Amino acid sequence: MTWVLLAVMVVATVLSDLLQSYEMKRAGEQSVGARGVGRLLRMIVERRYLMLSIFCLVFSFFSFMALVQTAPLSFAVPASASSFILETLAAKVLLKEQIGPRRAAGCLLVLCGVALLGK
Amino acid sequence: MAISQKLVRTYFLLVLFLALRAFGNLSLAWGTKHMPETLAADPLVYIRSMLHPGIAVGVVMLIVALLVRLALLSLADLSFILPMTAIGYVLAALLGRVFLHETVSPQRWFAVLLIFGGAALVSSTPQATTGKIEGSK
Repeated sequence: MTWVLLAVMVVATVLSDLLQSYEMKRAGEQSVGARGVGRLLRMIVERRYLMLSIFCLVFSFFSFMALVQTAPLSFAVPASASSFILETLAAKVLLKEQIGPRRAAGCLLVLCGVALLGK
Repeated sequence: MAISQKLVRTYFLLVLFLALRAFGNLSLAWGTKHMPETLAADPLVYIRSMLHPGIAVGVVMLIVALLVRLALLSLADLSFILPMTAIGYVLAALLGRVFLHETVSPQRWFAVLLIFGGAALVSSTPQATTGKIEGSK
């Protein structure tokens, strides 16, 4: 059951992040002041990809809740980082982000660290 | 917006997001471990769990963290934010040890070094490599 929950969480997280990044790039720079938060909440309701991303996030969130009840937090959190590599690749291919050697090396170092953290 | 001002805003939002997510997850983990019922496929159990103070506080903190992350994604690449927010995994391990008495082995300190090294490398790259997508509102 632990691995099923983890798989659901990873797929839902990847979809959610890609949709959020795509929509926020379209929206332009946002702030988190009182008006900024109101604007962000309105955007979630008005933009269908953001709404879909929240739906995916809810799936990811409930899977995480079930996971942390049965597994230690120090396993559950790093294990969820397996979505990391998928998201970085998707950001390059789908969102056309430029991932140079330094960013790629940094991502790999972080991935190794997160994997080691989960042991 | 000037580049330096944008950079300051990005790092401010990053720190705010890390703090909200770390303490939100901690509160959630504490709440679920103190629940009498096991979370499974029954949606009613999840809805009832929201009444637990630890879980409720955790949920509110994670909702605010979501809004902060959306603002962050409007300023920087996803491939920039992902490794930078991985510092949160280090915070989770530390908070798990301090507040939930979970065991953190010595090799995790090496993992912490790797994560900080990786995040430092990523932080030396441009935070945004794509312009505003055309057709935006």
